[in-house]
Amino acid sequence: MIRLEKRKEPSRIWRIANPFLAVALTMIAGGLMFAALGKDPLVAIRLIFFDPLFSETFASYSRPQLLIKAAPLILIGVGLAIGFKANIWNIGAEGQYIIGALFGAGVALAFFPAPGWYIFPLMILAGAFGGFLWAMIPAILKTRFNTNEILVSLLLVYVAERILAAMALGLMRNPDQPGFPGSRDLRRYEAAHNAELIANTGMHWGGVAAMIAVIFAYVMMTRHMLGFHVKLAGQAPRAARFGGVSPARLVVICLGISGALAGLAGMFEVSGPGGQVRIEFATGYGFTAIIVAFLGRLNPLGVVLAGLLLGLTYIGGELAQMILQIPGAAIQVFQGMLLFFLLALDFQTNYRIRLTRGAAA
Amino acid sequence: MIFGSINPAVLMAALMVAATPILLAAIGELVVEKSGVLNLGVEGMMIMGACMGFIIAVNPGSPLIGFAGAAAGGMVLAALFALLTQALMTNQVASGLALTLFGLGLTALLGQQYVGITPPRTPRLDLGPLSEIPFLGRAFFRHDIVVYLTVALVGAVWWFLKFTRAGMIMRAVGENHEAAHALGYHVKRVRLFAILFGGACAGLGGAYLSLIRVAGWTEGMTVGAGWIALALVVFASWRPWRAMAGAYLFGGVVVLQLNLQAAGVRIPVEYLSMSPYLITILVLVLISSGRARASLNAPGSLNKPFHASS
Amino acid sequence: MTRTTLLKVEGLSKSYPGVRANDDVSFRIAEGQIHALLGENGAGKSTLVKMIYGLVRPDAGRMELRGQSFAPGQPSEARKSGVAMVFQHFSLFDALDVAENVALGMENPPPPRDLARRIRTVSEEYGLPLDPSRLVGELSAGERQRVEIVRCLLQDPKLLIMDEPTSVLTPQEVDILFRTLRKLAAEGTAILYISHKLEEIRALCDEATILRDGKKIATCDPRERTAREMAELMVGELLTPPERPARPRGDVVLAVEKLSLKSANPFGTSLKEISFQLHAGEVLGIAGVAGNGQDELLLMLSGELRAPRNQVRLRGQPVGHLGPTGRRGLGVVAAPEERLGHAAAPDMSLTENALLSAARRKGLEQGGFIDWARTEAFARQIIARFDVRTPGPHVLARALSGGNLQKFVIGREIELDPDVIVVNQPTWGVDASAAATIRQALLDLAGKGAGVLVISQDLDELLEVADSFAALNEGRLTRVRSARGLTVEEIGLMMGGSGDMQVAHEAAE
Repeated sequence: MIRLEKRKEPSRIWRIANPFLAVALTMIAGGLMFAALGKDPLVAIRLIFFDPLFSETFASYSRPQLLIKAAPLILIGVGLAIGFKANIWNIGAEGQYIIGALFGAGVALAFFPAPGWYIFPLMILAGAFGGFLWAMIPAILKTRFNTNEILVSLLLVYVAERILAAMALGLMRNPDQPGFPGSRDLRRYEAAHNAELIANTGMHWGGVAAMIAVIFAYVMMTRHMLGFHVKLAGQAPRAARFGGVSPARLVVICLGISGALAGLAGMFEVSGPGGQVRIEFATGYGFTAIIVAFLGRLNPLGVVLAGLLLGLTYIGGELAQMILQIPGAAIQVFQGMLLFFLLALDFQTNYRIRLTRGAAA
Repeated sequence: MIFGSINPAVLMAALMVAATPILLAAIGELVVEKSGVLNLGVEGMMIMGACMGFIIAVNPGSPLIGFAGAAAGGMVLAALFALLTQALMTNQVASGLALTLFGLGLTALLGQQYVGITPPRTPRLDLGPLSEIPFLGRAFFRHDIVVYLTVALVGAVWWFLKFTRAGMIMRAVGENHEAAHALGYHVKRVRLFAILFGGACAGLGGAYLSLIRVAGWTEGMTVGAGWIALALVVFASWRPWRAMAGAYLFGGVVVLQLNLQAAGVRIPVEYLSMSPYLITILVLVLISSGRARASLNAPGSLNKPFHASS
Repeated sequence: MTRTTLLKVEGLSKSYPGVRANDDVSFRIAEGQIHALLGENGAGKSTLVKMIYGLVRPDAGRMELRGQSFAPGQPSEARKSGVAMVFQHFSLFDALDVAENVALGMENPPPPRDLARRIRTVSEEYGLPLDPSRLVGELSAGERQRVEIVRCLLQDPKLLIMDEPTSVLTPQEVDILFRTLRKLAAEGTAILYISHKLEEIRALCDEATILRDGKKIATCDPRERTAREMAELMVGELLTPPERPARPRGDVVLAVEKLSLKSANPFGTSLKEISFQLHAGEVLGIAGVAGNGQDELLLMLSGELRAPRNQVRLRGQPVGHLGPTGRRGLGVVAAPEERLGHAAAPDMSLTENALLSAARRKGLEQGGFIDWARTEAFARQIIARFDVRTPGPHVLARALSGGNLQKFVIGREIELDPDVIVVNQPTWGVDASAAATIRQALLDLAGKGAGVLVISQDLDELLEVADSFAALNEGRLTRVRSARGLTVEEIGLMMGGSGDMQVAHEAAE
């Protein structure tokens, strides 16, 4: 008979090994999926995981893409990881990302076409503020009315998507091209353009912000009382209250941080790689970042690795779509499987499998 | 004058149709939560049902087989959730989210070739003279069979939870799993059944969208219906008939909003179409802040992992 | 007296990883006998009865019930064979009514209406009145136990197992319970009575089996042994009662005045007009049956529940509005009843748990930044001074035994050098030597001039440590009295509610 036995202490080895194991299992399961779609699994896996970085033909284009995709994932994922640690579930980062982008773009469009060094910093502030504001809705409803933050933050994604559409078609539409939906292209407005900082690296201000966020988060989680309180509240809420943690304050802080970071990510995207406010602007970074946070073990440094990996699957997925005509949705399945495997493997961290002799007496 | 152009009987009829998918999903989730499990994967299971139901209904051309397939599809995802949370003791919130993300991806892949196809029509239930009654006939008696079965299902769940021993055991497991275990009840087995039932219901709800209400398949077509169903369970304070009242209320908002769009009100479509979500949030706020506190009705062991230590 | 053997237990053994819970345990229970199972916390009593009740399967050994081999695979089988059990915890459902709770513990419950009638009849017959339609969450601890007992009685058990039944009862309620049990035994039901309270066992039981470290030490007639002899058998060594250095009573350190506070928990007990004063050097014991406002009182004093500013004063200074951190800063510390999850975070190391309440007062953080080296040193200091048995401060709190973790928690608060310490159930579920260490530490702290408030449901403990005495009843606190010369009966009346003699006597009839 197989029995699960709770470990006295969680296994450190499994904690670290599981994400790698989960990636390996996902590759196998993904390979089977590709085979079922009638594609050569080995070729497909290579296209997704290796070619974007190492193939001579594609790497020159793909490699810079990696940072472009990973930066928002890391930026959002780091914020979500802090909240998840505290058992505060902001799953509406996608909405905060959209609102951050709208705020950032709004500032830029308001100043257009004036030059000025201060415009971009103002956009950064506005983007963070927009995301923060959007996240404050579930935060305040939770603290004032005890409303479930999971449902509210998620439902607000749909609201944000509709605001985005309304903006792209209405208020922010490019007056010079009224026939087309979408705003002016911010990449053509120098004061507002989030340009590549070092040529052909994909490094833009969003990447810089992500690095700073990771360092701050790391220090906060390991050395600061706030990080300690976050962990405490997540693991033992009553002990946290005994320790003097105010649950309401923590809800506001955690949702605020993750909202502001998601808003920043949206702002850097709309002023750089995205370029303009469009209906199709939001591509699911806010949801993928949930996977990034878990895969990174809710640890800021882990989030960096996880963000890079999932960024890679985006690029690899595009490549596979182009070359093997593998449907784009396959990559979503891939990401979902990754989270499943990771969660499933995690039982080894906390439990030990024991084979016992037939216990029937 | 805008409201004047809306026929109340038609409105009522449309409202019942609009409410049915989320009511199906909500009644399933209600049972799941009554057993002490929070499955946030309703959206994933719904879209799975929508997709599977559509594919299966289109191929042999029978909507009823489609519904059966949808229930099975929802149950497959639910089984995955049960495996994770009950056998492997994973976090229920994370597993539910994974279910939703995975379901959305998988159905986008599976349903790719089915975009733009019309499904076979689900026949209207012939209620003979009833459907000819003025007003009432138009409003209540000209629906497809699923609408009525859904109402029956709500009644059945109510009866099951209130009057049967199995229902009592399920409530006991949800209320205090330690005690239920100490009395010798199989906590995980009860929860497995509840989760599978929830999956089947969510699947049916999804299929109702793709086969009847929208009558077509598109990627991500549930657009949050699963999340609204989850909110509905909270709104209903875990009571079946209140879930139905909530669903119909919600259906009314959706239909009214659509009618306003059609009537050409001078509010942009985007703002009108966000109203269902905003109203759901508003209702959540009202219900959560009530003095009696809905939490009194919440199952005591909801979202707590159970591992028999002895 | 020779009676037919009802249950024979032979060589039962059960191991868990790292623990031998039961090791070759054998004994017999006769029909109509009240048999005590005596032992310290962790001696293996619970595991043993769980095997008899079918919740745990033995690794080795066998049982016979009325001469037939008996190996219940699950509780329902045990119930079918006539074995019923009253649990100490965890077997009632707050949101379900009494009848439903009873039905859930029965194999074939009658239809609801009959069941309600039978609950009324049986409960009155045995002097345990119950209303079948009430929600269990609204019942007092004593009434909740009645639900459990009635649930068992309705099944006509041959063997009734009772796990520490008196820990939630007032002395008067204990008398009623004993009368019920004697009546049952006279009707031929055997009772297996688990306890660590010696006087109780001497008053009630015909025979006692004593367990220590999972092994059977002896079977004896408790009436022929002194409490001291049995204590020696149970503990293995004799413990000296704590020393109480004589000390002068100082000024008032903590004063609470007419404080009413609503419980945050829907099934909790609200505090009603609580008033008391605690002096420097005084140990104030607060008795009361579980669920009469103990948790709320502790939360109110620790600052987890805020009170009106002026109704809680520390050395005259209003502190009611302050949260836990603010109060700790001024010298009021607390150790709640629930060790794992409230006083300590189960999945955090001892170092992190040391930080939990000591961060500010011990200067373990500066400007929010944690000094982990100092924190670890502080954890080591607690471990050394309070004899916490653990490999080191990196160990997770949940890996410690109850006694060791409790020493750590109380030690942590004492190390904060408080003016006032509030503890709830300081030795609950703790082995005898740890309990002795903890009580001594509290007395020593009082000796140094701190005010000590001990909330406990264990009267023996309170009589051992307290200088003055009050009782909680449905959220009200009685007048504080000197502990000197106080008898258990008087305490019982205080616990039963404002010393209303008449009512208590009638209840005891």
